[in-house]
Amino acid sequence: MSATTLSFRQRGTKLLALREASIVVVALVLVIYFSVVNANFLTGPNLQTLSQFIAPSAIIACGEIMLLICGEIDLSVGQIFALAPFIMAFTDHAGLGMFVGFVFAMIVSALVGLINGAITVLLKVPSFVTTLGTLFLINGFTLTVSKGYPINTPGGQTMANIFGAAGYNEFLWAILIVVIMHMVLRHRRWGLHTIAVGGNLTGATEAGINAARIKIGNFMLTSMLGGITGILEAFRIGSTDPLAGGTNIMFLAVASGVIGGTSLAGGSGTIIGGLIGATVLGVLQDGFTLQGINAFTFDMIIGAAILIAMIANIHVGRLNRGGRS
Amino acid sequence: MSTEALRAADITKNFGNISALSGISLHVNKGEVLGILGDNGAGKSTLMKIITGYHKPSSGQMFINGEAVTLTSVDHARSLGIECVYQDLALVNTLPIYHNMFLNRELRNRFGMLDHGAMRKRAAAALDDIGVQVPSVDDEVAMLSGGQRQAIAIARAVYSNAKILLLDEPLAAMGAREAGLIIDLIQRQQARGDISIIMIMHNYAQTLEIADRIMMMQRGTVTFEGNARDTSVEALLDIVRREYRAMRAAAQ
Ligand SMILES: Nc1ncnc2c1ncn2[C@@H]1O[C@H](COP(=O)(O)OP(=O)(O)O)[C@@H](O)[C@H]1O
Ligand SMILES: [Mg+2]
Repeated sequence: MSATTLSFRQRGTKLLALREASIVVVALVLVIYFSVVNANFLTGPNLQTLSQFIAPSAIIACGEIMLLICGEIDLSVGQIFALAPFIMAFTDHAGLGMFVGFVFAMIVSALVGLINGAITVLLKVPSFVTTLGTLFLINGFTLTVSKGYPINTPGGQTMANIFGAAGYNEFLWAILIVVIMHMVLRHRRWGLHTIAVGGNLTGATEAGINAARIKIGNFMLTSMLGGITGILEAFRIGSTDPLAGGTNIMFLAVASGVIGGTSLAGGSGTIIGGLIGATVLGVLQDGFTLQGINAFTFDMIIGAAILIAMIANIHVGRLNRGGRS
Repeated sequence: MSTEALRAADITKNFGNISALSGISLHVNKGEVLGILGDNGAGKSTLMKIITGYHKPSSGQMFINGEAVTLTSVDHARSLGIECVYQDLALVNTLPIYHNMFLNRELRNRFGMLDHGAMRKRAAAALDDIGVQVPSVDDEVAMLSGGQRQAIAIARAVYSNAKILLLDEPLAAMGAREAGLIIDLIQRQQARGDISIIMIMHNYAQTLEIADRIMMMQRGTVTFEGNARDTSVEALLDIVRREYRAMRAAAQ
């Protein structure tokens, strides 16, 4: 390894550390707080529950972060979350098996992403509006095909265990996806071009980058991650519910990304930050659930916590960068 | 007689009902520097963007090394050795200098991963070579001065092995020292003899100093074309004055 490679690593690590250190501190403070006020917080069973709070938002955050970086957002991802496991289940009921069902679910997810992307990029409708439309469309569709009732997730216990029901498996899937997406963002042209498109759309186009391809690709990626998460959760819970996911999981994913340092203005963001953001939100959800706080109070606390975490992140991040930008 | 590197024949370009170019022809030979002068809105940048494949012309034909080509994209033009420093510089503020210098031409290792180390090293070497000083190639472009940003964009184009280099107002945001470095860099490319340069300029004296040939544009047409050594700042200004008089007369 040459000296240059080494110093890049050091610098890269340092930059990453600067961006994410503040939010890691927030996460640690929360963990300490909840373990002090509740003896059950740092026990095996609760850590497993905590990991199940974190995993879904962490996976979907990977997609939303890519979209936010290239200047877009997907509000409809929580509805794909609900639709995908139904497609898998119905395909299985039709006798084609779970694997084909999974492939179909992924194809439909990718198609929804393609539609979101094409309407946004080619017809120039802001993605906020496009995906608000598809949000209702997909939700109505899922409710129609399911007649509004949950069904049992098909497949045996072994399959369910592998796909997230057992132990930390869902969390391990989340970590795997986070690692892959981190590599894509930092070490592949796709990630670099995603940043370029969000940072300077005209400039990226002048440099010959196909911005439409990048954006549409990231919409497809986000939808597919939404579909995968919906399927993991359907396996974990054992039931496939037309009302699962929804705007709740979408907001958690977007909030995870933004808390983790991804700019809503586009052009910058980190996947690792998204994982840490999802952890902060997971700790809050899990900690307050343990405390037995009532659901209405809980929403107010989460909302306030998201605001505080974001404000803290933006300003501490600014201090870390020596007051620049 | 030197060989022709690029020719654009009878190019027109309309944006809706705005006519940005109404029948422009231009050529540049191998090793030659063509300077383009003209008012704001004359269509200079639009002409550059047609040569880079960014815009499609409404009509007209391009020739590269004597062969007719129809550019389909910026990548297509790049693959033919056409490289451009756009007026807006096409830099991404949120990316470090070395990523900007290799934007859409990234170096990758054998696993297809970005080779950050090699890009940093080569970016630093290129900037060193020109004499542009930056604290570190890891710095985000947002932190640089206007002149530094322009130097980065120019270095990117020059070190891409361009055969035809287009510079849209390359000295616009520069102080005297930086402008000197860039003029020096352009003249070194010129001395190689195998690279053709088209540069859009504002300063008449600077243009006459660097360019081999001058072209003046006004409202989408060519108003003058000739060798730099056969003309002078006075003569060029005379042409501009005559144009204005004619325009005013036509308006009355
Ligand atoms: N993308 C565009 N859409 C509409 N009009 C444009 C566009 N680009 C340039 N124009 C118009 O074309 C004319 C020439 O512009 P430009 O080529 O930028 O001139 P110059 O570079 O000589 O200042 C101007 O009237 C400008 O408003
Ligand atoms: Mg211009």
